[in-house]
Amino acid sequence: MGLLSDPNRRRALISLLTRLNTPICIVCYMAGVAWFMGLAFEPFTLRTYMSENAMGSTMVEERFPAGERALATGREFSAHKKRTGGMPVEWLMKTMQAKGLEVFTQRFSRTLPFPDENKERYMVRGTNVYGILRAPRAPRTEALVLSAPCSPGDNNNQAVGLLLGLAEYFRNQIYWAKDIIFLVNEHDLIGMQAWLEGYHHTNTTGMDWSPLQGRGGSIQAALSLELSSDIITSLDLVLEGLNGQLPNLDLANLFYAFCQKIGVLCTIQGKLQRNDWDSVSGYSHAVQTMMLMVMKQASGRPWGDHGLFLRYHIEAATIKGVNSFRQYKTDATTIGRLLEGMYRKLNNLLERLHQSYFFYLMPSLSHFVSIGYYMPAFGLLAVILLLRALDLWVQLSTPPQRTEDGSSPGVLSLLTPLVISHLTGVALYMLPIRFQEMAVEHFPVSETEAVVLTAIAVYTLLSPGTEQGWRVLKLVAVLYLAVLLGCTALINFSLGFILALTLVPVAAFVTPHVPKVLSAFILVILSPACTLLFSVFFFQELQEMPISFQDGWLLFLSVISQGILDHSLYGSLVYPLITLLVYPCWLLFWNILFWN
Amino acid sequence: MAAPLTLLLLVAVTVRAALFRSSLSELISERVEVVSPLTAWKRVIEGLALLDLGVSPYSGDVFHETPLTIYLFHFLVDYAEVTFMVSVAGSSVVVTYLILFQFRKQKFALEADRYPLDCLELIRSPKEMYYIPLKVAMFYLLNPFTILSCVAKSTCGLNNAIIALFILSTIKGNVLLSAIFLSLATYQSIYPLTLCAPALLYLMQRQYIPVNFRRASFWWFIVQYAFMYLGSLFVIICLSFFLLGSWDYLPSVYGFILSVPDLTPNIGLFWYFFAEMFEHFRLFFLCVFQINVFFYTIPLSIKLKEHPVFLIFMQLAVISIFKSYPTVGDISLYMAFLPVWSHLHRFLRNIFLVSCVLLACSALFPVLWHLWIYAGSANSNFYYAITLLFNVAQILLVSDYFYAFLRREHHLTYGLYLKRKDGSEATLVLK
Repeated sequence: MGLLSDPNRRRALISLLTRLNTPICIVCYMAGVAWFMGLAFEPFTLRTYMSENAMGSTMVEERFPAGERALATGREFSAHKKRTGGMPVEWLMKTMQAKGLEVFTQRFSRTLPFPDENKERYMVRGTNVYGILRAPRAPRTEALVLSAPCSPGDNNNQAVGLLLGLAEYFRNQIYWAKDIIFLVNEHDLIGMQAWLEGYHHTNTTGMDWSPLQGRGGSIQAALSLELSSDIITSLDLVLEGLNGQLPNLDLANLFYAFCQKIGVLCTIQGKLQRNDWDSVSGYSHAVQTMMLMVMKQASGRPWGDHGLFLRYHIEAATIKGVNSFRQYKTDATTIGRLLEGMYRKLNNLLERLHQSYFFYLMPSLSHFVSIGYYMPAFGLLAVILLLRALDLWVQLSTPPQRTEDGSSPGVLSLLTPLVISHLTGVALYMLPIRFQEMAVEHFPVSETEAVVLTAIAVYTLLSPGTEQGWRVLKLVAVLYLAVLLGCTALINFSLGFILALTLVPVAAFVTPHVPKVLSAFILVILSPACTLLFSVFFFQELQEMPISFQDGWLLFLSVISQGILDHSLYGSLVYPLITLLVYPCWLLFWNILFWN
Repeated sequence: MAAPLTLLLLVAVTVRAALFRSSLSELISERVEVVSPLTAWKRVIEGLALLDLGVSPYSGDVFHETPLTIYLFHFLVDYAEVTFMVSVAGSSVVVTYLILFQFRKQKFALEADRYPLDCLELIRSPKEMYYIPLKVAMFYLLNPFTILSCVAKSTCGLNNAIIALFILSTIKGNVLLSAIFLSLATYQSIYPLTLCAPALLYLMQRQYIPVNFRRASFWWFIVQYAFMYLGSLFVIICLSFFLLGSWDYLPSVYGFILSVPDLTPNIGLFWYFFAEMFEHFRLFFLCVFQINVFFYTIPLSIKLKEHPVFLIFMQLAVISIFKSYPTVGDISLYMAFLPVWSHLHRFLRNIFLVSCVLLACSALFPVLWHLWIYAGSANSNFYYAITLLFNVAQILLVSDYFYAFLRREHHLTYGLYLKRKDGSEATLVLK
């Protein structure tokens, strides 16, 4: 408290902070970026370890024998799928019943707000089929889910085959203490959404689905399986769910532990783990893996069918079989054994997975960065905003001449840009879908944005303002941005950090007295839309699939439309966040630049 | 003054009416920051339903409002929205008038020129003071906290209205009304009991009774006030008994407030502490926490016995920070007084820091709640950390105002620009 109450030391501290404001800000920015890049350096990360006692010490033995038969079932499934031209509901029901499960179906239909060009669907209707294996050992109060999507074409047949094979094998074991639900969902996430909403009696997105006839207990964990070939070389773990939510780290640990035990190659973000962390290429490999995770998390979309489970407090992950040109091959029996082992350990759970971390980044499957380590990177960026706000506050509270009557027109001149920029945000949020209903041509986001930008430019060039006025506006905008980014980073660290990387410099340097044209250019380059464009290229680069500018632009547009679809289908929050809050905030800085 | 005030009222009512009609109102009325188990409208409805069925509303563990409130809503349940708007608007108008009234008095102080010459800039010009009542009304009516609490139909709005009426009648010098409203406020939520100290001080100041323990007139006045206060409290309690026909409500309302059995998270300090505590320490810490609310009355009254209105502000703040089930509605009441102390702004030290923290905490409450309850990735520690920070910021705010007030008083007596003996500029050290 000495610092807060001693006037001399306070004065010294404040004068230090205001005098050295710019250098401190630059140092903070550098330090924030450096800290973030350092997170992937192996000595700075923690090794993963199993925190959950129920899964750690218990021994299980995997005995699943029937890989070949599962693949045969998969081939049969694919034949029936081809014949019916969609989900072979009858056949699936009959097969599941033959394996001794309680089988139920659920119908659902959904009309998208506009046609989805990536997956070529507009009016979606389909059926989910699921079978419940009732727990013989315990009251049926808890359940586990194993799901496999029924995808169009020749994809995922093996996954459904393996699911049915596991169902048959699990049925004959006596140690299950939790219901196991085997779910085959149609139309990937839309079907999953319908099933989860039906299971939990909620309806958040206005989808039509028939109520579920059969239920198990409360779902403790779920795995989604994607497998498209008879033999695979490695298994990839996908964790990122809706709004950047991640499952408990113990689920990833469990997967990694069994891969090690059974001897399957496992990857995360499609990247194998390397041991040469002290070499440059090893470090850059880890950075790439982590950056891929950050990008995927920041997008806020579910990257596998498991993504929607997380919203209901269910720890879930997707396991993807990858068949590349590696020497090392794994057959379906081994994958079946791996899944059997994982389910047996999950079966031993006494309470929900909660021991381990929920906030983490993974530079490799065996190492992770927890919230305590990565938050300082964001904190260093956020401190810049607070320092600028402090600087402005000091400037405002010690003006050359004090005029009290300046405050009441100040409120109005402050409210106008705030209200107008938020209205444009609302327009940007509403217009794309409204326009799409009127004109069926290509997606008009860029046009809308152009119109809005011009309107703002015209408006701000005409508006008069005082020297005091822009300082107040900037103070408000900087604090607004700080709170906004702080909240975003808590919910979705990656999104918050990426936005902070681009918006914080804007917020720090913009004043009406910097060169207009150059600053306007920088401002546009660092706008949320351009950030997204860069991210698209960067993401492609990280995945080692660089694309031309033309394709990148098309991808950019499709990413925006996917974002809007994710919002209206699954309730992803990234699109409303950007349009309703981040974009207006950026407009405020634009407004300050053109303050007269 | 009337025209802008009417405009303000119109804006405030429009905002509330729009929010009442929107889908947000349901969401808001579920928020733990806005409603407490004492004030939730949902529970009032439940109590009304029980009452209509001929069952005592206190028979379950749901309803904890006072009997008079439930009988009030028994008649007004269809007009609940209007009632809440009227109570909010009424209390703001009342506060506005009392501020107006207070300033007439201050103008005399200005003319009294008993202060050193260089302190003139510390004393507000009439022009500045002209806008303050309007600002107070604006701070109360357009404060997002008040709006949220009104839209959630939290009965906290009614309590605030009663306290505002109490303050008004005290400042008008009406001893009887002041005692009656104080007993009503106490009846509603115990804690306003501590407001009797500033009320007594103010009324005595007005009637030129010296605050001196050896004078008979001092004790006589206290006995008079206590008689009126206890008498009206007795009448109200008996009235409740006759309305309800049983004493059920005493443990269910006052026992509930004092023993804090409901540990639903809120913005207060109790829930986490008592959820973590071993059961056999509970009674001890309960006493410590509850005494905490009442204890500050003594030192504050001694220090501020010349300034009862500021004492009222301090007491309201202390109550809303330390009470067992605080909501944002309680905070909004003492925040409405902040513009009154605009002359203290030059002495405030941490106002920037504190307002940043309050702002950030208000935004973080729903975010961390979401992470804890819906996403399941955070836990109660995150939420409590923010609660703690929010309360620390409030305490800093209040103590900052207190410090500024004392400092201004010091300057008014000793001059604004203090010099050391050797002629250099002196600094005040608080010890």
